Parts: sequence; structure tokens; C-alpha cells
Amino acid sequence: MAQGRPSGYRDGARAMAPLTVAIVAFGISFGVLARSVGFSWPAAVAMSATTFAGSAQFAAASILSDGGTIAAAIGAALLLNARYGPIGVSVAPWLTGSTLSRFLHAQLTVDESWAIAAEGGGRFDPRKLVGAGLLLYVCWVGGTAIGAIGGRSFGDPGSLGLDAAFGALFLGLLIPLTKGRRRTQAALLGAMIALALTPIAPAGVPIIAASGACLLGVRR
Amino acid sequence: MVLVVGAGTMAIKGAGPMILGGRALPEALTGVIELLGPALLGALVAVQIFGDGQALVLDERVVGLGVAAIALWRKAPLLVVVVAAAAATALARAVL
Repeated sequence: MAQGRPSGYRDGARAMAPLTVAIVAFGISFGVLARSVGFSWPAAVAMSATTFAGSAQFAAASILSDGGTIAAAIGAALLLNARYGPIGVSVAPWLTGSTLSRFLHAQLTVDESWAIAAEGGGRFDPRKLVGAGLLLYVCWVGGTAIGAIGGRSFGDPGSLGLDAAFGALFLGLLIPLTKGRRRTQAALLGAMIALALTPIAPAGVPIIAASGACLLGVRR
Repeated sequence: MVLVVGAGTMAIKGAGPMILGGRALPEALTGVIELLGPALLGALVAVQIFGDGQALVLDERVVGLGVAAIALWRKAPLLVVVVAAAAATALARAVL
């Protein structure tokens, strides 16, 4: 089933290219923040290399910086990453290698690489997943190292508008997936669920709950 | 903390592909999984643009999203869409 074209790796990396500056910048921010809450630089880099999920890492570090407990930081980070449960299930049929290969593919699955690999209709190209995921990995871990070792930020990513880059990318990746009324409805319902729950639910829960919008696809 | 979160995340990410890898999903599930992409991406767009921690805010990121929507409508490449959105957001922040 995993019959991506040979150029699939490059296609994936190319689709990720627009975000590289933003990812390095946020990686630097994470490195700086992590040091400021008492991480050693190897710990900051190790977190980026193993957790490899920006929102969860920022959440964990900022809970610690607000004086939160380690248990609270762990809980928030794992809750934020719980969406990778259903995301992993969605790509699983397209990963056909050995158990180790599937495990490694799964680790490169983050929001951006998963969205780039999506080909609509629930199909995924594992080569695009790897191409996009590896480029993102290098930028994220490299950025973290620069921030954690350099120890000071190169300015606020927000003043460069980089915080809007992710929303723009997700919109660009969403539109080709919304051919047909049912898919458009699922996207709008997912957005509404997430916005409705953001003020009242812990971080991470709104996105997981939004995945419930896919139940529009239940066949009767 | 680093080790627990790292190992936990790797387990969450790996579970689906390790257990189900390479197997087609049951017919009844494919209709649901097919809508997972649109549903999650819709939610991610909304939270990236309007979310600020637990608060919902209307700030300059909306300008960026609007510019991105126009660029996408004009069939601009993704690179142009993302750069235009960031530039528009930065400009709005500097001016407003």
C-alpha cells in the first residue's frame, strides 16, 4: 500500500520549507524558555529530540515557570499530545514496514508533517511524511540547541508575524482536503468544537474533542 | 520530567502504527478516519489564530489568516501563502 513516488521524500521536504524559519525561531524560543526555568542545555535539547511536539513542550516549560508542579507539567504535555493517538491510527494503514520502521515513522508524525502527507480521502504518503518530518525535526532540535546554548533569543517570533505562519500553513493544507460537503462540515465543526472548549477545558482537550467531528462520517 | 514526557509522547505516537500498521481499517471506520484530517486541521487553524492560552482573542493574526485565504484563493504556492501571512501579521502589529 505504501507506494509513494520516489520523489515523495523531496515533495514532503519542499512542502515543509515555508515553515523552516518559523520552526527554527520557535525552537530557539523554546531553548531560551527551557533554560530560564532551570533545564540544562542537554535536557532542553533532549526534550525536543524525544517529545518533538512544540505545543506540549511550551506548555510544560511555562507551567514550570509559573511555579507549577512537575506532575502538572507532565499531565498537560501528555494531554496536548493525546491527539497523536487518533492521528497515529489514521496513518497506520499506510505504514507497511517492520515494527521498528513503523515506530520511527510514527515519531516523525507531527501536525505539520501529517497534514502534508495527507492526500485526501484518508490516504497518506509515508515518503512525504518522512521528508517533511525529518526537515522539521532538524529545524526544531537545531533551533532548540541554538536557543539553549546561545542562551538568548533573537527577538520575539511574534514581532515577525511567525505565530500566524502555522495557522496559514494549516489553512493551506486544509483546503485541498475539504472537497465535498461532508468534509467541509467536519472542518467547520472541528473548528467550532475547539473554539467552544478553549476557554473552559485544559489545553489539549479542545483539539482532541474536535477530532470527534469525524463522527459525521459514521455510515448509517 | 523530560524523560517521562518524551517516553509518553513516543508511546502515544507509536501506538497506532505499531499495533495496526499496514492493515486496512475496517470499512465502517474509513468514513470516520477520512474526516479526521479536515476536523483536526479545522481545529488547529482556529486555535492557532484565535487561541492565547485559555483565552480566545482577536488580534493581528486574523489579518495574516485573511491574507493567507486571499493568497490561497488566488492559487498562490504554499511558500507565498505562509510568508505573506507572517508579513501581514508583522505589519499589522507594527502599524496598529
